[in-house]
Amino acid sequence: MNYTFIALVENKPGVLNRVASLFRRRNFNIESLAVGRTEKPDISRMTVVVDCPNGDYDAHKIESNLYKLVNVIDVQDVTHQPSVTRDLALIKVMVGPEKRAEVNSLAEIFRARIVDVAADSVIVEITGTEDKIEGMIELLRPLGIVEMVRTGQVSMTRGVNDGIRRMPGVNGNRFEDLSEMAEMAP
Amino acid sequence: MKKTGAEILWECVVREGVEVVFGYPGGANMPIYDAMLSYPIHHVLVRHEQGAAHMADGYARASGKVGMALATSGPGATNLITGIATAMMDSVPVVFVTGQVAAHLIGGDAFQEVDVTGITLPITKHNYLVTRADEIAEVVREAFYIARSGRPGPVLIDICKNAQVEQCEFEYPREVKLVGYQPVDHAPKESLEHAVKLMEKAQRPVILCGHGVLMSKAEEALMNFAIKTQTPVASTLLGIGAFPASHELSLGMMGMHGEVHTNLAIQNSDLILAFGMRFDDRVTGTLKTYAPHAKKIHVEIDPSEVHKNVAVDVPLVGNLKTVLMDLIPMVDEYDHDEWKKQIGDWKAEGDSRSIMNWDPDGKLHVPHLVSDIWKATGGNAVVTTDVGQHQMWTAQYYALDRPNRWLTSGGAGTMGFGLPSAIGAWFANKEEEVWAVAGDGGFQMTAAELTTAVQEGANVKVAIMNNSFLGMVRQWQEFFFEKRYSAVNMLSPDFVKLAEAHNVPARRVTKLEEVEEAIAWARSIKGPTVIEFVVEQEEAVYPMVPAGAALDQMLQRPLKA
Repeated sequence: MNYTFIALVENKPGVLNRVASLFRRRNFNIESLAVGRTEKPDISRMTVVVDCPNGDYDAHKIESNLYKLVNVIDVQDVTHQPSVTRDLALIKVMVGPEKRAEVNSLAEIFRARIVDVAADSVIVEITGTEDKIEGMIELLRPLGIVEMVRTGQVSMTRGVNDGIRRMPGVNGNRFEDLSEMAEMAP
Repeated sequence: MKKTGAEILWECVVREGVEVVFGYPGGANMPIYDAMLSYPIHHVLVRHEQGAAHMADGYARASGKVGMALATSGPGATNLITGIATAMMDSVPVVFVTGQVAAHLIGGDAFQEVDVTGITLPITKHNYLVTRADEIAEVVREAFYIARSGRPGPVLIDICKNAQVEQCEFEYPREVKLVGYQPVDHAPKESLEHAVKLMEKAQRPVILCGHGVLMSKAEEALMNFAIKTQTPVASTLLGIGAFPASHELSLGMMGMHGEVHTNLAIQNSDLILAFGMRFDDRVTGTLKTYAPHAKKIHVEIDPSEVHKNVAVDVPLVGNLKTVLMDLIPMVDEYDHDEWKKQIGDWKAEGDSRSIMNWDPDGKLHVPHLVSDIWKATGGNAVVTTDVGQHQMWTAQYYALDRPNRWLTSGGAGTMGFGLPSAIGAWFANKEEEVWAVAGDGGFQMTAAELTTAVQEGANVKVAIMNNSFLGMVRQWQEFFFEKRYSAVNMLSPDFVKLAEAHNVPARRVTKLEEVEEAIAWARSIKGPTVIEFVVEQEEAVYPMVPAGAALDQMLQRPLKA
């Protein structure tokens, strides 16, 4: 099952490399990784989607290993939290003028936008959850997708809810009751 | 005041209490070597950078301080790699400083340019690439702090040549501020209470003491805890010395080549108290049947070790010493007499097969030799080893009562560790007697450091256990590959001549009656010596838990006919 983690990291050269290297070194499979600046200039935020075949046990392993990196400030698991999740895709479809309308109507249904029109192609921009984007791709495929790019998933929990933090005491996150941690054991 | 980057490096290093540095100069670190002359630093010129890494490692293990090694860019830095990985696997605090080509040349495949921070990313606790002089003070301060705090480990600083020569204002950073690195000290009270409850119910508890006991200097706390609760203490390979071997509660080493009663105690226990150890596969055997009846309490500073190999009932994440000090007043006194008697019976059974009970058969056996060295040195030497059979025999038969005098590469299993780490250990305390027990294979990997020992007058005693085989691999081939010996026959040089060519006094011992005298001879000489013991060729280390077997499925030494 895919788990989604939000990691706040120091905005320093090489930090992305450290995180990616850690996932490789510990044999975790990254499904997607998106990184960008936050409202604080010295902090970057990563949304990492990882395949966790052993569920919470793997999630615990990922969080604890991320904290081993000196530049990682905070890690939350937002998999089971109510959150807004978005992915952005640019999809170039080979269509001439005769089929543009078809693409256009599809785009409307998915609340996507056509952001570029050339003689024989259009670029569709779609934002949404992974499922929604996959749905649109499937419908566009028969028309001839020639290029596609996706940003990878970004997530934010709704309201004041935080994700789960499994690491007691790390970087000031203190767990009052560790029984939860014990229950996570496989 | 304005200083060059190289000067700032030494200003900071001296403030960290560093007195001795092991290294090798080259094009990309010459400004560092030049500036070094103006500071109270003793530099040890090694013969290969791997030697520098192991020496700094040995120095750190024996002294409890942070070790330091220097190398130049490119091949200088890559030669450190084995030593860095060794320190990483065993959580040893060492700061490595490598030179790097000038910042504007990075990425251009300049002469002796190698991506050192990239290469060492997975084998350091943290690393830095420094491109400007004004970064150095903060980075060095952080590096030493990171290396020694939390779960200790190696930190590498790669300093571009321009940053070494450029000048900037020097101000020593008053504090280290790392938002993403705040090691835990105390474990939560609720968890401590939970642990105490488990101890109340336990009838057959065992303490597993690991390297963490030494790293957090918790030997005394461990002793008080063990005595108050009358809990037997088993040790990992790296935990040797953390609890006195001669103490009645000491069970000795656990694991693949651990003692029979120790492994049986673990398998039959109903409560495991794992202190600063990480349930390595070499100490657990197969996890499926590991300590099946035991509840488990794991005191560990690194949260990623909790549940990693063995699921535990109560994780106590924190500094081991702090956690033990918190726990001791909370626990009751117990006697566990029945349990101790049971273990005693197992021990008597296991001892009956010990090679130490054999009558002399005229051949040299490593366990006997280790025991002879132990007797001669009163069990008080600092002992380093290489990796393999002699390492296990030394672990089994050099019974240590004091901490920080057992230096061996556990996690990485690095051959060639023995001699250089012994030289490093000697620098930690020059009054101590230091013995490097090596195999014929491992010794040849770093033998060039003999000259380093001579140049420094390092008083290290090398005992080469020469069985003309790569012994441990041979043993595995004997046990698990139907005795098909593949690439284990080892032709060695004449070790006596080799040593003498390095101006090291040396002897070869082939007869039992020469042993005692040779050890006395080595001890009487000030400076390095080499004794080559020509030992029984096809001896096996017992007991042995075959890889993947249950911890109580031990192959035991056959009773002698």
